[in-house]
Amino acid sequence: MNFVVPDFFPATAEIFIAVMALVLMLATAFARNIARGLAYALAQFTLLVTAFIILFTLDIGIDRSFGNLFVNDLLGGVLKLVICFAMMIALLYGRAWLAERKLDRPEYYLLALLMTLGMMVLITANHLLTLYLGLEMMSLSLYALVAFDRDSARSTEAGMKYFVLGALASGLLLYGMSMVYGATGALELPAVAQAVTGGTANMKVLLFGLVFLVAGVSFKLGVAPFHMWAPDVYQGAPTPVTLILSSAPKLAAFALAFRLLVGGFSGLVEHWQTMLMLVAAASIVLGNLAALVQHNIKRMLAYSGISHMGFMLLGLLSGVAGGKADVTVAAYSSAMFYAVAYVLMTLAAFGMVVLLSRAGFDAENIEDFKGLNRRNAWFALLMLFVMFSMAGIPFFVGFFAKLAVLKAVIDAGYLWLAVLAVVMSVIGAFYYLRVVKLMYFDEPTETAPIAASAEFQVMLSVNGIAIAVLGLMPGALLGLCRTALQASVIAG
Amino acid sequence: MTDIPFLSLAIWIPILGGLLVLATGQDANARMARTVALLTAVFGLAVTLPLYTRFDASTAGMQFVELHDWIAYFNVHYHLGIDGLSLWFVLLNAFITVLVVIAGWQVIQNRVAQYMAAFLIMSGLMNGVFAALDGVLFYVFFEASLIPLYLVIGVWGGPNRVYAAIKFFLFTLAGSLLMLLALLYLYKSTGSFEILAWHRAVLSMPVQSLIFFAFLAAFGVKVPMWPVHTWLPDAHVEAPTGGSVVLAAIALKLGAYGFVRFSLPIAPDASMHYAPLVIALSLIAVVYIGLVALVQGDMKKLVAYSSISHMGFVTLGFFMMNPLGVEGALIQMISHGFVSAAMFLCIGVLYDRMHSRQIADYGGVVKTMPRFAAFFMLFAMANCGLPATSGFVGEFTVILGAVQYNFWVGLLAATTLILGAAYTLWMYKRVVFGAVSNENVAKLTDIDAREFFFLALLAVCVLAMGVYPFPFTDVMHVSVNKLLEHVIAGKLSLLP
Repeated sequence: MNFVVPDFFPATAEIFIAVMALVLMLATAFARNIARGLAYALAQFTLLVTAFIILFTLDIGIDRSFGNLFVNDLLGGVLKLVICFAMMIALLYGRAWLAERKLDRPEYYLLALLMTLGMMVLITANHLLTLYLGLEMMSLSLYALVAFDRDSARSTEAGMKYFVLGALASGLLLYGMSMVYGATGALELPAVAQAVTGGTANMKVLLFGLVFLVAGVSFKLGVAPFHMWAPDVYQGAPTPVTLILSSAPKLAAFALAFRLLVGGFSGLVEHWQTMLMLVAAASIVLGNLAALVQHNIKRMLAYSGISHMGFMLLGLLSGVAGGKADVTVAAYSSAMFYAVAYVLMTLAAFGMVVLLSRAGFDAENIEDFKGLNRRNAWFALLMLFVMFSMAGIPFFVGFFAKLAVLKAVIDAGYLWLAVLAVVMSVIGAFYYLRVVKLMYFDEPTETAPIAASAEFQVMLSVNGIAIAVLGLMPGALLGLCRTALQASVIAG
Repeated sequence: MTDIPFLSLAIWIPILGGLLVLATGQDANARMARTVALLTAVFGLAVTLPLYTRFDASTAGMQFVELHDWIAYFNVHYHLGIDGLSLWFVLLNAFITVLVVIAGWQVIQNRVAQYMAAFLIMSGLMNGVFAALDGVLFYVFFEASLIPLYLVIGVWGGPNRVYAAIKFFLFTLAGSLLMLLALLYLYKSTGSFEILAWHRAVLSMPVQSLIFFAFLAAFGVKVPMWPVHTWLPDAHVEAPTGGSVVLAAIALKLGAYGFVRFSLPIAPDASMHYAPLVIALSLIAVVYIGLVALVQGDMKKLVAYSSISHMGFVTLGFFMMNPLGVEGALIQMISHGFVSAAMFLCIGVLYDRMHSRQIADYGGVVKTMPRFAAFFMLFAMANCGLPATSGFVGEFTVILGAVQYNFWVGLLAATTLILGAAYTLWMYKRVVFGAVSNENVAKLTDIDAREFFFLALLAVCVLAMGVYPFPFTDVMHVSVNKLLEHVIAGKLSLLP
């Protein structure tokens, strides 16, 4: 066996971010007196440069490297790009909050970078072990981030809870992978796919393994019935961490589901389709109903996130039904568009929660939004955009996300799922309307002016306006999602 | 014909103007907000006038068509156009917007910019509904127009406004999401979101039935038809005057318009088949809701129920499938736009002075507000369909159509003339005539120039339409006839 030097070029972004994480660690260890500002600046710089590297290594074709452990395709490139931007926004939103609570330690940014690296590895995985490696890197960093406020009982409790349940889910996933290995003798995703479609593998073992894989993926997505951790962790984690938790990892989880289920198990599509159908329906029902009765905005958004991820899965499971390639691509790209739109909305929503908080006060209750229109009409308007977008009302991006998914579901012929989804959307609209009601119809109980740094305000405004602009002109992003998936689906 | 995109202007001038008004910010700049709003509204009305003057009444085709790509991914186009069915609603909408801005001039002192902006944006969006020829574009406008009205009811409404606003929103949303599924289903079977392509699409009866009921859910709630009408009285009572005016004059028309643009031409056979159901529901609305209106103690609620009853007339007219019925219903929609707006404005005039809508709190208003009483009299008469007012033209035509369709349906429909007169005039009597009931009424001042202006404007419209309805009916004929031909021919015979 001779050693072949792998082609490093497709992995430039990952390598850069890994190196920069180490640089950050060393730099902040030596320059202790400026560590906090330096860590933030370095992290943002790293993410920005990474985004550029991704942009330059973006490839319409498919590059496999490192002995097929790694794949660089357009889908991965687009997702990584969005993740970089999402992380940059998340770090920006969280900065002042953390500083006010003396939590802006360099480790925070280090963990954020490592987490980003994990997500990027996960997205580019072409092998079950790479997939697992990326997933664990992301998850372990997140566990630590959730427990970052170590003096707060709630934060540590949330971290513990997330860690224990997350480890269990990783165990399930790994167990499923071992089953798959047992049945197919392969860990490389294309090889797994080949074995599955070839029909040589032991079906019973394979299906058994698939169940565990779906359970593991569902946990990472935070969909019912594997959602239990989400509300507690969202509530317990420091708000900037909740912001991170609810945004970029959802895209990574989409990639995980896509690589694993579509890439590896397209031969068993009718099996995982049925499983996802139940999971998606349960999430949409449960997420929306449970969100109705929440008083804590972080919990409410957690449940709303559960239902959004259910919606996203609706898109994912609608592929391959008719067998026509363009319908399938449209279904997958609707799911991807939904995930990207959701990230945009959740960033703005939690950004708003961070905005209303200040030293010694966390705007955790929905009531804290009372009379926001009186206090600051502009941010109230932006939050109105976010809420109506999440409720799926036009002209906001959330509407087109829902439209794309519903179209995919109807094209696949699952009328009952579509009806269930819209009925639950009406119920879901109630809690979004309640936030708007508090902002606009009620008088403020809090009169403190809303203060935030200029860059925070500008970013949040851009974020909110993007939700409206993408609602008017969603074509480009939709097209991009389709192009990205087209390449991958045709290759697979 | 012309290159000026009048329809786009009619949609986007109010919306952009509304954003401009919003930008004036705090109540310190209220004066500027009002001025900009009025200018925008007037300008918005001005650009709709060429739609009428340049309209070609001899064709049933779409006019002032604008077609651009919008979202290639969904094959969705920015496709606008109007025909004889939609023309007058765009004009009516632009006209009512001017009235609402004037009516809210002094009354609204709180968050003026946001109030004016909400109405302007809503007006633009509703113009979009009437002009859209693409299913998704229609849906987007239809749904987006809920947001400003939700805010208007919730922010400037009465004590129970939160309940009313949320109920309004959720009821309409539930209906329209079912419609969205129907639109997607149509897209699946035709590969296009073009409404006109859907008109031609050959669909089997089971498919037509599903689509018909999905549309019925959406438009039935919006119209509103019995038994899904319960949101309307709440919304009307709690909404500020301007909100009630727009709600009654325009928003309800969106639902009725949907029937003629979607249900009838897309699912003609199902519409024929289920017409008796819709007619029955409409008659219940006409008779039963008419009786309910009779016992209301709150003026706004009374007019709200009267609106439901009048809109029952509209759906009745549509589903009898004869030219008299459909044309009468369209006229009734326009007339109701004027009359209900006028009724709500009259109640608003009283409410601004007394801060009560209870009939029992009034009495003898004519003694202190004679000029107002005269206007109110005219509008009350129009509301009960007195000849030479606009109310008469529509109702009479629909009744004629109903008798043609079935004598008993005609008879039941005609009871509206009695019930309408009963509840309207009885209310009028209790509010306006009699001895001055309390010192509050004695202290009332008559309408000022501003109020006189908008009431007079409406009075002119109501009378003009009653005396000379030709400009209204003339543009509709060809479109209505073509629609009916299409519906009666059906699609089943074309099935392979």
